[in-house]
Amino acid sequence: MQSQLPFYPDQASNFAPSVDSLMTFLILVSVFFSVAITAAIVIFFFKFHRKSKNEIGVPIHGDMRLEVTWIVFPAILALAMFGWGAVVYVDFRHAPQDTLDIYVIGKQWMWKIQQPNGHREINELHVPVGRDVKLVLASEDVIHDFFVPAFRVKMDVVPGHYNTMWFRPTKPGRYEFFCSQYCGTNHAVMGGWVTVMEPSDYAAWLSGSTGEDANPVVAGEKLFAEKACSTCHLSNGTGRAPSLNGVYGGTVRLADGSTVTADEPYIRESILFSNAKIVAGYQPLMPSFQGQLTEEQILSLTAYIKSLQSQPVPATGAGVTAPGKK
Amino acid sequence: MSTTPLQAPVYQLPEEHYLNATYGIRSWLLTTDHKRIALLYLASVTFFFFVGGIFATMIRIHLLTPAGYLVTPETYNKLFTMHGVAMIFFFLIPSIPAVLGNFLIPLMIGAKDVAFPKLNLLSWYIYITGGCFVLYSFATGGLDTGWTFYTPLSSVYSNSAVTPAVIGIFINGFSSILTGLNFVVTIHTMRAPGMTWFRLPLFVWAQYATSIIFILGTPVIAITLLLAGLERMFHLGFFNPALGGDPILFQHLFWFYSHPAVYIMILPAMGVVSEIIPTFARKPIFGYTFIAASSIAIAVIGFFVWAHHMFLTGESTYAALAFSLLSYLVAIPSAVKVFNWTSTLYKGSISYDTPMLYALGFIGLFLIGGLTGLFLACLGLDIHIHDTYFVVAHFHYIMVGGAVMGYVGGLHFWWPKITGKLYPEFLARLAAVMLFVGFNLTFFPQFILGYLGMPRRYHNYPPEFQVLNVMSTAGASILALGYLLPMLYLTWSMRYGKVAGPNPWPATGLEWTTASPPLTENFDVTPVVDWEPYDYKNRPELGLATAPGPALAPAHGDD
Repeated sequence: MQSQLPFYPDQASNFAPSVDSLMTFLILVSVFFSVAITAAIVIFFFKFHRKSKNEIGVPIHGDMRLEVTWIVFPAILALAMFGWGAVVYVDFRHAPQDTLDIYVIGKQWMWKIQQPNGHREINELHVPVGRDVKLVLASEDVIHDFFVPAFRVKMDVVPGHYNTMWFRPTKPGRYEFFCSQYCGTNHAVMGGWVTVMEPSDYAAWLSGSTGEDANPVVAGEKLFAEKACSTCHLSNGTGRAPSLNGVYGGTVRLADGSTVTADEPYIRESILFSNAKIVAGYQPLMPSFQGQLTEEQILSLTAYIKSLQSQPVPATGAGVTAPGKK
Repeated sequence: MSTTPLQAPVYQLPEEHYLNATYGIRSWLLTTDHKRIALLYLASVTFFFFVGGIFATMIRIHLLTPAGYLVTPETYNKLFTMHGVAMIFFFLIPSIPAVLGNFLIPLMIGAKDVAFPKLNLLSWYIYITGGCFVLYSFATGGLDTGWTFYTPLSSVYSNSAVTPAVIGIFINGFSSILTGLNFVVTIHTMRAPGMTWFRLPLFVWAQYATSIIFILGTPVIAITLLLAGLERMFHLGFFNPALGGDPILFQHLFWFYSHPAVYIMILPAMGVVSEIIPTFARKPIFGYTFIAASSIAIAVIGFFVWAHHMFLTGESTYAALAFSLLSYLVAIPSAVKVFNWTSTLYKGSISYDTPMLYALGFIGLFLIGGLTGLFLACLGLDIHIHDTYFVVAHFHYIMVGGAVMGYVGGLHFWWPKITGKLYPEFLARLAAVMLFVGFNLTFFPQFILGYLGMPRRYHNYPPEFQVLNVMSTAGASILALGYLLPMLYLTWSMRYGKVAGPNPWPATGLEWTTASPPLTENFDVTPVVDWEPYDYKNRPELGLATAPGPALAPAHGDD
């Protein structure tokens, strides 16, 4: 699939036009310099070709004005490229509020994807058009990278870290995604397709294919009891560990006086490396769960903790538009 | 068209020179002559270039069809990994410094040898030892981690022979460190009378900058790969998150060396071009101080840009902003060089000799390589083109279009000095043009592939990418012929080539004031330098038309 512009892939997300404009700007600057310098070389090459065997060139040692010009002028252009690129990047790295959060787990050599209501897909990702989508990326083994050329977005999927990426699909259709960080033997076949759907179609698709057990909030709640988290993290705040109600998205004050935003990476770290950041007023009592939980279990626990807001959240998952049952 | 610039008297080879001073295999394997060591390196880096080239050929044949034409996925992954390891660590990094640098630095500064001749020989043996470990890895299971050795793939998950490979690269690192040390001390302490810092050939400046990177950067890659090896062998948790390590730490350490390593490859080539252009334009280089200073600036700033390889690993936005800005900063000194080289051509007396074709080809290809570096340093654009064929095309423009063109051009330029013989000029020009055309046809389509979204290191690809891949493979076959041709006629010329004489071009450097090939001691008498670099006007002994002006004392001053 090609767009009208030659050599540009389909534009199907909010980032595609801004990345393509940047590309056009850089191509124009590059063509200008390439043509100017190549033309100068070719002209000089023929015009000042050696006329007689013993001829020497005119000794010219330099020109300070020229040197300053060709330091300052390219520096200004470089700053423009930097600034414009930075704007797009900062936008990409900071997801807006109220996104549709989808969990993506990479493993050699497949993508496991879970919708907010728990519906699982393999190497397929369904998203509604026009909605801000945030992917929370985790890896079970080596580093992968989730790359959707038509959206002009990618992000590494790093074991031991959560990375997030976001985009807003702008055009319904099927777009191929790839693993773009080399991950071993079948790296080249570790890909799939993103299906961008009209919101109503997406809701219908989601409701038609969900099972209650798969719901990560439900699974997380079960795990929360099984792993005995609930014995200390009492919801009324009287336990040996802080209450987790409404903790997600807020600011947590730590024992060393600093503060931290309770996002997915913080929750993950607190589960796996429980003593890395101690909440003010509590003892470092919690055991480490490093190596005892799969990435999916961690995601379920995270989903459950996220659901513990001040108001109860329906178990169909946070932030999903109400499914229109067929 | 005259192929030898001077239709001078028929030259004879000097009766005694470094090649015939002693005979026998021992006289080569135990030599401490920097020129012979340079030839040992020439043979060994050519071997690794050939090995890496065979892997590259197989890669390009495999990618003729979307499903992959030649080999299994495992083998394909090994091919591109071994191609990278052979080419980067055992060809590109040592090529210009260890071959041309070793041969030329003492000659260019008027010294008898490098400061530590035995250490110099030791460097070669270390290189060979490291090379043997890596070849052992290639032969017993191969290597499939990518030349970047990203953890935990390399330290935990790969089933290939990673351990001998990282040991080999670790060992090889010491060769670079010792060579760098040798060059720095030599340049500081062994310059002939009158050879001030600002009379140094720009090639020497470039080697000096490269040596700084060798000394400061190489220990980091050596220890990093050793840590990855220790994690693999003894399960020590440095980078594996399951053992409490951090895979991103590996990338920081790896790129702290491996980005400056790009400048190890390109700076010496820039030095070569800075020699060739004034010689074949027969005029002083434009902006000598700016070109010299830009080499040092590249070496220094080059150490502070490494995390631009990691914009999408989840590094902090602030770090990304800083590293992007610094990456733009390092582009400026490179641009300064290009502008100055181009200006040097203005009002020159330009010839079509082979080294000049390589130097001008270098500028064209380096220009594209450098400009596309700006695309990758651009944070917003990197989100899309990172880890695609755009990157592959970009760094091949720098490393092959830049570094290899510089190396081959330099070999042609100094071949008469190294062997005392001239190569067949027509074939040499043909090869230069073939390399330029073949190179562009191979790698330009890959920029487009990258923007269309083809990720790198893919053994198969969606069918819509086939046309561009076939173009690339077609170009690669021209490129391969373009490399074979010089290997053949340069070897042929060693025996059958026309005798060159001491200064066939003629060029202005000290290395051209002695016989071709030089004596073992380089000069009969220690030279005294009383001319400015690349000065044709005041050098009557070159036998060229000179502008009126006071003639200065000749090069072989015995005062």
